[in-house]
Amino acid sequence: MKAVSRPSRSGDPATPPRRAGYSFNWVGRIGLGVILFWGLVAIFGPALAPYPPGEIVDWDYFSPMSADYWLGTDYLGRDMFSRILMGARYTVGIALVAVTLACTGGVVLGMVAAVIGGWFDMILSRLLDAFNGIPSLLFGLVAVAAVGSSIPVLVLTLAAIYLPGSYRFARALAVNINTMDFVTVARARGEGTPYLIAREIFPNILGPVLADLGLRFVFIVLVLSGLSFLGLGVQPPNADWGALVRENIEGLSLGAPAVIFPSITIATLTISVNMFIDNLPTKIRDRS
Amino acid sequence: MSASLATWILVAQRLAIALLTLVIVSFAVFFATEMLPGDVAQILLGQAATPEAVAGLREAMGLDEPALLRFLGWMRGLVSGDFGTSYVNDMPVAELIGDRLINSLRLAGVTTAVSVPVSLVLGIGAAMWRGSFFDRTVSILTISVISVPEFMVATLAVLIFAVWLGWLPALSYGADTGSLAAMLKAYAMPVISLSFVISAQMIRMTRAAVIETINTPYVEMALLKGAGRVRMVLVHALPNALGPIANAVALSLSYLVGGVIIVETIFNYPGVAKLMVDAVATRDLPLIQSCAMIFCVSYLTLITLADLMAILSNPRLRR
Amino acid sequence: MTKQSLVSVRDLHIGAITDSGREVEIIKGVNFEIAPGEIVALIGESGSGKTTIALSLMGHARPGCSIHAGTIRLGEHDVTAMSERRRADIRGTEVSYVPQSAAAAFNPSKRIMDQVIEVTAIHNLPNRSGAEARAVELFRALALPSPETIGQRYPHQVSGGQLQRLSAAMALIGDPKLVIFDEPTTALDVTTQIEVLRAFRSVMEKSDMAGVYVTHDLAVVAQIADRIIVLKGGEIQEEGTTEQIVNAPRHPYTKELLAAFDPVPHEAIATADGPDRAPLLEVDRLSAGYGSMRGGEPTAKILDDISFTLERGRNLGVVGESGSGKSTLARAIAGILPPYRGEVLVNGVALPASLGQRSKEQLRQAQIVFQLADTALNPAQPIETILGRPLTFYHGIKGRAREKRVIELLDMVQLPAALRHRLPMELSGGQKQRVNLARALGAEPQLILCDEITSALDTVVAAAILELLKELQRELSLSYMFISHDLSTVEAICDDVLVMYKGEIVERLPAATMSTEAQHPYSKLLVSSVPKLDTGWLAGLEQDPELIARFANR
Repeated sequence: MKAVSRPSRSGDPATPPRRAGYSFNWVGRIGLGVILFWGLVAIFGPALAPYPPGEIVDWDYFSPMSADYWLGTDYLGRDMFSRILMGARYTVGIALVAVTLACTGGVVLGMVAAVIGGWFDMILSRLLDAFNGIPSLLFGLVAVAAVGSSIPVLVLTLAAIYLPGSYRFARALAVNINTMDFVTVARARGEGTPYLIAREIFPNILGPVLADLGLRFVFIVLVLSGLSFLGLGVQPPNADWGALVRENIEGLSLGAPAVIFPSITIATLTISVNMFIDNLPTKIRDRS
Repeated sequence: MSASLATWILVAQRLAIALLTLVIVSFAVFFATEMLPGDVAQILLGQAATPEAVAGLREAMGLDEPALLRFLGWMRGLVSGDFGTSYVNDMPVAELIGDRLINSLRLAGVTTAVSVPVSLVLGIGAAMWRGSFFDRTVSILTISVISVPEFMVATLAVLIFAVWLGWLPALSYGADTGSLAAMLKAYAMPVISLSFVISAQMIRMTRAAVIETINTPYVEMALLKGAGRVRMVLVHALPNALGPIANAVALSLSYLVGGVIIVETIFNYPGVAKLMVDAVATRDLPLIQSCAMIFCVSYLTLITLADLMAILSNPRLRR
Repeated sequence: MTKQSLVSVRDLHIGAITDSGREVEIIKGVNFEIAPGEIVALIGESGSGKTTIALSLMGHARPGCSIHAGTIRLGEHDVTAMSERRRADIRGTEVSYVPQSAAAAFNPSKRIMDQVIEVTAIHNLPNRSGAEARAVELFRALALPSPETIGQRYPHQVSGGQLQRLSAAMALIGDPKLVIFDEPTTALDVTTQIEVLRAFRSVMEKSDMAGVYVTHDLAVVAQIADRIIVLKGGEIQEEGTTEQIVNAPRHPYTKELLAAFDPVPHEAIATADGPDRAPLLEVDRLSAGYGSMRGGEPTAKILDDISFTLERGRNLGVVGESGSGKSTLARAIAGILPPYRGEVLVNGVALPASLGQRSKEQLRQAQIVFQLADTALNPAQPIETILGRPLTFYHGIKGRAREKRVIELLDMVQLPAALRHRLPMELSGGQKQRVNLARALGAEPQLILCDEITSALDTVVAAAILELLKELQRELSLSYMFISHDLSTVEAICDDVLVMYKGEIVERLPAATMSTEAQHPYSKLLVSSVPKLDTGWLAGLEQDPELIARFANR
């Protein structure tokens, strides 16, 4: 075949490419800022702690905020500021690993099910939908009751709780994309399943999947905190933020900072993730 | 009529799926509680037990049989009302659960009665005056409640109503429930806390369902016929949003299951959830199984109900 | 125009907020008037602002849009200065609206009658039974079947053409002074469109209402409008009587529109092969359908016993209305929907039914191009990747050679090389369709299956694509199977035409003589239903009512 050159009529090369402006409004930026802040605390927090988090440093328990103990002390007289810094590592760390496992597994399975279809899709969907029929906190309770609580068990349990939802979400998106003409064109070209999944479908569900990952992260933080609050999550002497609330719940009637601050930290993390996701550019979010 | 036949086929399909799900869920619960923990006889007798004693107990409990047979036996027991015997205090599980189930149901019932009307009004109102100050306030409040753990909503409620205002007792039981006023007081804290958790979901989902119908061409058409906002929403959007709203209500109520676990623990409320949390602490497996099944069945019922609402409300299928 | 105009629009500016949050002006200072009883057409391509202007006459702006400046006067009302509540008062009684898609504009859960007479309830007009009687009268005037009882049905129980007429009844019930028709026949099949147009015309003629008719179709407008306003990019290009615009356009853009309407007839390309050409594509007793298989046949059979041949270098048109199975035919040939019976032969070799069993070489020979370039191009891939993939996949071309070939392909479809770095969403509709075509060319096929590839494009852009197809054919000795519902498009590019009806081929005709020599009654009906750019066409058209009853899904 020979190429024929002729003056171009349509298409104006002078027009600059209109790339999507992936900018966030200020609410989204605040959200992102808080998320990054807690991420850094989870990494460096323990090194910054003024006192060893497990050590009783004050004879007075539930002491108020002071220059020595910025966020007061807990029910044993341990420094709350140090314990919250340490707790960030558990809460953020466990939730992050769990959500990554859940979403990776869910998205891969979801895309494969959508593209292959047939029996594979039906059986997998039925099975995972059934697991969606178990309330999340209950799932956690039963798992902890069965094998006891430890950090790996928590991570795997939380991942298992949220994998079916992630699967369902990714599969629904992938099924939509899969019916679109560009996938049909690729299929008619003779492309195989791995190409269809990796090149045609995955890039088009990435935005919504990341937004979904953020929301699932929030749910995992909530369930983890709930489990810890029930005494079934992170075990003493270690404590995530949920466990810190539980330890110090007696201080509630005193209005002690030891019970108020861990609650606030959980709220700042979850609300900021929600703020960030809600204010993602519509281009990313709207495909969901 | 073929249309209604199609509807019933869909409904039957949905019920069959629910049943299948129930079987899978119960197997998961059974597997988790009977298989994962290892040798139950060993656990019961402790590390010091002689191997002969363990083997004897195992035989007596039927643990030697294949897992599938044990599962079927367990299922047969559940269906006939035999929930097994508690490891910890040797009482029939059915007896332990009995009254507590009624307590939990009462808590859930009162919460539903409070939160559904409030949520519907707020959700529809927010959709009708979308973007208004009212809508934004409701949105911020609901997203805040959803973003924080259930226990925090409850502790905040305690802090405000019991500690600062001193209106209500922080704990529900143990308090005097003789008079109506006293009883209301006793229920108030758990119900308020639970209602917050449930309502936030319900308001958001109701609002979304109504807004979705408001954005349809036929509602724009009503606007172009000269209809006011109230008429557009109440006459045109709402009847078509009923299915999605009913779906939203049923789905939100399924959050009761998670919420009730936290709320009962915080307020020391003698319901099934509190029983179960205690059982987890003592690893009382038969009790855990039964409680878990109760929760799963209620959860599944609500989810299935939500699906059925969505199917039945489709105007094209209804007639 | 007259001193007593009904509508007067002065210096209208309307702004809109784009997806990226920028504010742009979509209507840039429009002035026009409408006399009482006059029907004015707003004609233009997508993005010309015709619907936006029409809606602004009701004081309505779609979400994201707002009226920035100018005045719109309707009778004694100043629409732009009114409060939203006062505007609601005139909607339905002074000015009313007939939507593009009546199917979407009717509330699915309410009876038709209740919706038609709702205007009287909204505006507290007296007596419901009077309104119902008036509605039945309108149903009759709009030639609806069983006018007494049709109002008792639900919207999903009547056909699209009927719903469109019912929506007109809904607009006319409040005796407005002005009715806005927003592309009311665009979504309908041609045989259905005629009936709807006729109904509109006769009601409007009998009443003294004024009308605004929004459309992109000059031939439709020529039948119904007194005056035409030609819009482009939110500005008026030309304004004049229908006769003047159709017969003696002055503005170059109007001329372009008219030229696009009258395509150059196709001439078969001359090749050295002489009269006996080898068949390129043979389809033999092909049957295909969807749904689960029962006894070797699917539950929903779409195509039944289709046979035809297409010779090398020639173009075959496939025409038919929605539901005729013409798109399914393309899918079955491409193997996307494996036929359950019959064979597809390319160059005399039978192809396996399903995609998975066909060899790369077999797949390469026939490429399919879809209607909507928006969904046919992966939004996440730059043009270079989209065009490069078939090169690597079929020919193993990589690296620099691939880039060079991509530029060649872009050049073939007359697009600049710089476009290869862009994403599909950064291209215009016509550019996207060219890329869509270039991707098929990349495989170096002998046959291209074109599935309605010009239907979603504006007339001028579509005409340019047709020209491009012809040019490519001359250079690359391609054959096209060209599927379209639009007979004039098919005439412009094809040698032969298959007329399909309900999954069967009813007739095969030479394209050039299609309009005069059609034999089958359905082909005749279809041919005669295509609107002509002649103001007297609809009035003079006579169709056999028996044929209509048999074939038109009204």
